[in-house]
Amino acid sequence: MTADILLQVLVSGLLIGLIYALVAVGLTLIFGVMDIVNFAHGEFLMLGMYASFWAFALFAIDPVVALPFTALLLFAVGVVVYQTVIRRILKAPMLSQIFATFGLMILLRGLAQFFWKPDHRLIPHTLVGGNVVLGPVQLGLPQVVAALGAVGVTGALWLFLHRTRLGTALEATAIDREAATLMGIDGQKMFALAWGIGAACAGVAGGLIATFFPIFPEVGSNFILIAFVVVVLGGFGSVTGAFLAGIIVGLIEVMGGFLIGPEYKTALVLSLLLIVLLVRPKGLLGKA
Amino acid sequence: MSNGPLVNPRKAMGALALLAGAAVLPLLISDPARLNFLVLILMAAQMGVAWNIVGGYAGQVSLGHAVFFGIGAYTSTMLGLSLGLSPWLGWLAGGAVAVLFALAVGWPCFRLKGHYFAMATIAVAEIVQILVTNSDFLEGAVGLSLPLDRSGPAAMVFLSKLPYYYIILGLLVVTVLVAWAIERSHIGYYFRAIKDEPEAARALGVSLTRYKLIALSVSAFLTAMGGSFYAQKEMFIDPGSVLATSISIKIALVAILGGVGTLLGPVLGAVILITIEEYSRTLFGSTGSGTDMIIYAAMIILVAVFSPSGVLGLLSDLRRHLPGGGAKPKKATKSAEIRP
Repeated sequence: MTADILLQVLVSGLLIGLIYALVAVGLTLIFGVMDIVNFAHGEFLMLGMYASFWAFALFAIDPVVALPFTALLLFAVGVVVYQTVIRRILKAPMLSQIFATFGLMILLRGLAQFFWKPDHRLIPHTLVGGNVVLGPVQLGLPQVVAALGAVGVTGALWLFLHRTRLGTALEATAIDREAATLMGIDGQKMFALAWGIGAACAGVAGGLIATFFPIFPEVGSNFILIAFVVVVLGGFGSVTGAFLAGIIVGLIEVMGGFLIGPEYKTALVLSLLLIVLLVRPKGLLGKA
Repeated sequence: MSNGPLVNPRKAMGALALLAGAAVLPLLISDPARLNFLVLILMAAQMGVAWNIVGGYAGQVSLGHAVFFGIGAYTSTMLGLSLGLSPWLGWLAGGAVAVLFALAVGWPCFRLKGHYFAMATIAVAEIVQILVTNSDFLEGAVGLSLPLDRSGPAAMVFLSKLPYYYIILGLLVVTVLVAWAIERSHIGYYFRAIKDEPEAARALGVSLTRYKLIALSVSAFLTAMGGSFYAQKEMFIDPGSVLATSISIKIALVAILGGVGTLLGPVLGAVILITIEEYSRTLFGSTGSGTDMIIYAAMIILVAVFSPSGVLGLLSDLRRHLPGGGAKPKKATKSAEIRP
């Protein structure tokens, strides 16, 4: 009986961890390519959730079906943010860089609150309702689909970075910007691409969790913090590291919630951050 | 700057005139709501100046300063409730606890460079908020009320808003003086070296961690005093009112808007921020509409992109570019003491 419960807890942790990984992958990609932390990353996720919500509310399109559109939309948002704001602060002092994306975070939250009210919204009937029973383990179908989707997108990103010309160029820019420029890689284009992909990853993650998570303007704040822990644990800039760390963080969160109490699970995950910083500041697979 | 006289007489006169104006201002106002508005500005200004010591001078951006604010509020309130300690002593105790906390948390977090340090401070503030919300000892989400039966100067509880105005004005003056003293001392030069040229500073033998910790501790102490003051003024605290993320954001915003790393920039930032907040509230009915957030977020992005030194930097840039720059004597005395 206890073994069954343990298994249930572990599988739930794995599922949520895979989604954390997807959110963190975008954050770590942007950081890796241009040394800028996107404080508005959680807001990209929030926009992805609202995109799903409105696709459902206005056009009756299921969040899962809407995913490609959500991804495209958020890719566009990421590129627009890069072109309008980030491009101008690339050489600015670090303080300006922090304030720019931090201001963006507040702006997007404010706009969401202004246009869509601070209410919590839910998408009532999705294609992926109900439960799946796997032996002793019972899981929500939305969570399972979201986790599988997250694995798919993270895997696709990995393939893109390692197996395509464009992706390799992006990786090269992350490793050494100057050398990449000398090889004829257009740095500006790569930066815009990183923002597009990063935002799209967060948006897809938002679309995936919109099937089971309430949607509200400040929903990003929880995820950005956890994504940050994942990025630190995985090692700054490492996509593979973020994937592994996402799973670990998911497991710790759910296990901690189970053993200590659900109200402390976020605090536990955030304390992990301080422990990693003390014991292994470069994270699992970090370079620096 | 180090070669100049200790105090520039013109600047000193300007500062005294400003202070005298601030001291007389509340006597001309009878509406308690207006007076409260001024108190809110002074509170925001005090926190902004305190934040600026670590975020502006030393360049270590904290987005979790609510934790120090909350520590101040909870320490003085708990000491008052359990031991009957006067809030005047509780003030210092709150500051001391905040310093200990700053040292404990700063040590691991200062291993992080800029962006990630800022993120870590959010995480720390979040952890503390969760722990306090679930703490029975601190009455968790229910909050703590100050006893209403004690009033008068010894208990720092007053029926009128006026004494609060003068207390927070005094605290603001102390905070500005501390910031000013740091700005002029060798510590201030180390802070700026850490901010602008960390590698060079390290090569010259400046201990980065030690000076970052000093900056954070001083800032934490003063922010905690602001928190204790808030508790005395409101007579009620809970995690949502003294430890919330929104408070951390507000503290940072005040300094960023007005001018990071400038002595009086945060004061200007506080005037702008609180005014926007109050007017968007009266214009759009409620705080839930998010309009104040949109306005000041747009302002921060503009400041970050076009003028990293804030509104104050923008003003001094403008003056420099005007023909016969700095010709307006009335404004010039006030802003001349601030370097972008």
